[in-house]
Amino acid sequence: MDLSAPATREAKAASASADVILDATGLRKSYGKLEVIKGVDLSLKAGEVLAIIGPSGSGKSTLIRCLNMMETPSAGVIRYKGRQVETRFASRKERVGYGELRRHVGMVFQHFNLFPHKTVLQNICEGPLVVLREPRESVEARAMDLLAKVGLVDKRDVYPNHLSGGQKQRVAIARALAMRPDVLLLDEVTSALDPELVGEVLEVIRALVQDGMTMAIVTHEIAFAADIADRVAFIDEGVIAEIGSADSVIHQSGTARLRTFLSRFHS
Amino acid sequence: MYKMDFSVVLQSWDLFLWGLWLTFAYTTASIVIGVVIGFAVCFSRLSNNWFIRLLARAYQEVFRCTPLLVQLLWFYYALPLLLGFSLDNTTAALLTLSLYAGSFYAEIFRGGILSIDRGQTEAAKAIAMSGRQTMWRIVMPQALKRMLPAFINQSVIQFKNTSLISVISVGELAYMAAVVNGQTYRPLEAYTVVAVLYFALLFPMTQVADYVERRLRVSD
Repeated sequence: MDLSAPATREAKAASASADVILDATGLRKSYGKLEVIKGVDLSLKAGEVLAIIGPSGSGKSTLIRCLNMMETPSAGVIRYKGRQVETRFASRKERVGYGELRRHVGMVFQHFNLFPHKTVLQNICEGPLVVLREPRESVEARAMDLLAKVGLVDKRDVYPNHLSGGQKQRVAIARALAMRPDVLLLDEVTSALDPELVGEVLEVIRALVQDGMTMAIVTHEIAFAADIADRVAFIDEGVIAEIGSADSVIHQSGTARLRTFLSRFHS
Repeated sequence: MYKMDFSVVLQSWDLFLWGLWLTFAYTTASIVIGVVIGFAVCFSRLSNNWFIRLLARAYQEVFRCTPLLVQLLWFYYALPLLLGFSLDNTTAALLTLSLYAGSFYAEIFRGGILSIDRGQTEAAKAIAMSGRQTMWRIVMPQALKRMLPAFINQSVIQFKNTSLISVISVGELAYMAAVVNGQTYRPLEAYTVVAVLYFALLFPMTQVADYVERRLRVSD
């Protein structure tokens, strides 16, 4: 696949100071009277890996789902490469519609959501063929490269219900990558997996980090987050309670709420 | 003791055959039109526009909550008074059967679509599919499969309901039984033949429905 060449951490850090790909300002989201996101500013720079951690119900999933307009924010602005995102499918003038946004910002879900009536290969090719309208040959070639990358070449003609959870999630990642996104949003992608299958998915994500993929990752795998993320955001009760380098947030922070949250993982 | 004699009524085999063909034709036509109406009403009920939703709902409830027999009589005898011109009985029959079928099909289609996991829609959106692409490429193929058993069952019912159009003197299988009975004074034989014909046609269809349902359960 033609992601940017493998970047060293230093090179990535340098580019991280450059272009902001995705950013949110004053983001709020309510469901009826319940406000889940209470004013969040967040930006994602090219090549950066941002891990979002926090207790259940803190709003981290809602936050990441707002970034590709899977949830419509109640207030605030999302920008893709500086252009404001609008709540309509088609782009017009300087505003980006969510159709265009999602062509560049891929997402992988906790429950995989593979299309059960399509084979593994068809799942991966669906977006590029139907949405991007690329020729079948090049799409299938790319899909096979991606299957090689996630280690599932032999499963190309299999239907999803014959796959294990870990395999399903690796196909889902390949499906998102087939769109050649600028950014990948991973929403608790290992939370629905049996413990022994978590590793194979984390390995694939680690390879993406090596490739320099820009990612926002909501996860409960704190050790993994600390290891791969350039920045970690701790979300608590709908706000970013703390954000910074993995080291400063996870290892050095003295905030009581964060320490309490982390202590549950260290035990 | 009554002595059964089928030979008398079976001499009118051409009437039964003609009736069978008519029943088949009315049923098929009303299923086809009913499917079109059903999809239109189903999507109306899933519309964002509350007025369209209301209209679709009203239509469905009217046709689901009144007997088909009453509907047939109303469309044939009452509607022309409102319209100012008469409908011939075949038009009234086909119209009523189709509208009746459509109201039930709409509910089956809607149920099928709503039964598809929200994650499917989200996954389609995540690869930037439009609403229409999501519906026709992702949701509908899965929903059709799931709604198939209910669809076949409703169509079996529709086949039997077609017998009711004889009340507005439209010729079909049950009507022919009455005709043969009138000619031969052999009600037992005439109506038995009709019942057997219905059974012979519909029993295989219910078996297909059961088979499809079992197969789907396995593949899920």
